[in-house]
Amino acid sequence: MIVRILGEGQFELDQAEAASLGDLDKQLLAALEASDEPKFHEVLGHLVEAVRAAGKPVGPEVFVPSDLTVPNESASLAELRELMNSEDVGES
Amino acid sequence: MGVMKRLTNIVQAKANKVLDKAEDPRETLDLSYEKQIEQLQQVKRGLADVATAKKRIELQALQLQSAATKLQDQARQALTQNREDLATQALTRRSGIAAQLEGLKTQHDQLAQQQERLEATTQQLQARVEAFRTQKETLKASYTAAQAQTKIGEAVSGISESMSDTGLAMQRAQDKIAQMQARAGAVDELLASGTLTDLSGSSDPLQAELDKGAASSAVELQLAQLKGELNAPANAPSGELGAGGETSAATDEPADGEVVQPAASPKAPADPFSLDGGGAS
Repeated sequence: MIVRILGEGQFELDQAEAASLGDLDKQLLAALEASDEPKFHEVLGHLVEAVRAAGKPVGPEVFVPSDLTVPNESASLAELRELMNSEDVGES
Repeated sequence: MGVMKRLTNIVQAKANKVLDKAEDPRETLDLSYEKQIEQLQQVKRGLADVATAKKRIELQALQLQSAATKLQDQARQALTQNREDLATQALTRRSGIAAQLEGLKTQHDQLAQQQERLEATTQQLQARVEAFRTQKETLKASYTAAQAQTKIGEAVSGISESMSDTGLAMQRAQDKIAQMQARAGAVDELLASGTLTDLSGSSDPLQAELDKGAASSAVELQLAQLKGELNAPANAPSGELGAGGETSAATDEPADGEVVQPAASPKAPADPFSLDGGGAS
């Protein structure tokens, strides 16, 4: 499984490791929906750490799409919400 | 759907649609390469914009520092004239400046962070562009194999996605620049409207009061001197008034090539965003 941390890069995780992120993912969604900023940052920090710890960085010579995407560690709740609500901002 | 899956769909949906349009996948490879080069240039321009924005904040901080130093001097001057009311006014304004400086520091930190990120992004992108340049030729050469076609599709999706990620990173940096510009504009307005400065100009009522005090004590001094001259023997040189006009004006002139320091020049403190570190005694 390829996981991208936005603004940081891609990591390769095996299936079990990627699956273990599911719980944090649910917590992140809950914090987002509850607009609980402190909780949001706490969970996001754990999630980013978990990806970095379990994953192998994907080298610059590998060009593959990701299976999962994690927000940047410094993203605010408002920023992520905006991103989640913007499906078609056009191409860059 | 969890955040991670949804975010993946969004980032991939933002991907460069131009890359899907080419009919021959081999063209897509060249197009991807071109687009990456373009983006690399954009990121570099973005980096320059962040640096400019940071510089502007630093300059404003120096202006505010200078204003604060001036106010500190005015407070001191006011106290020597026994005008505690004016001293209080000057120090109150000075603390307003401290608050402004704090706000600037926050923005400066954020911009520095964006600069660091964009620098990392630039390096990554540079490495990727370089790696892709050689790979695309290999992929093109083996294009006829079905397996290679799949690989091309995957590589192009990967590039699209990472370009979309880079685009988001640039957008974040631009948002920070926009925030900074709004704040810098507000500080400029404050500086221009005299809320913070006009300290050097005659329209500053605080300075006017102080000047009035200084002028009246100068008049008293001259009066005393004139009285002294009148009482002195007639052959004594009465150069006091004349000297004020010519001789001292000549000595005030800077020597050729000498750099004239503005009176209110800040003392370049280690931390331009803190008044405490600025040698305020």
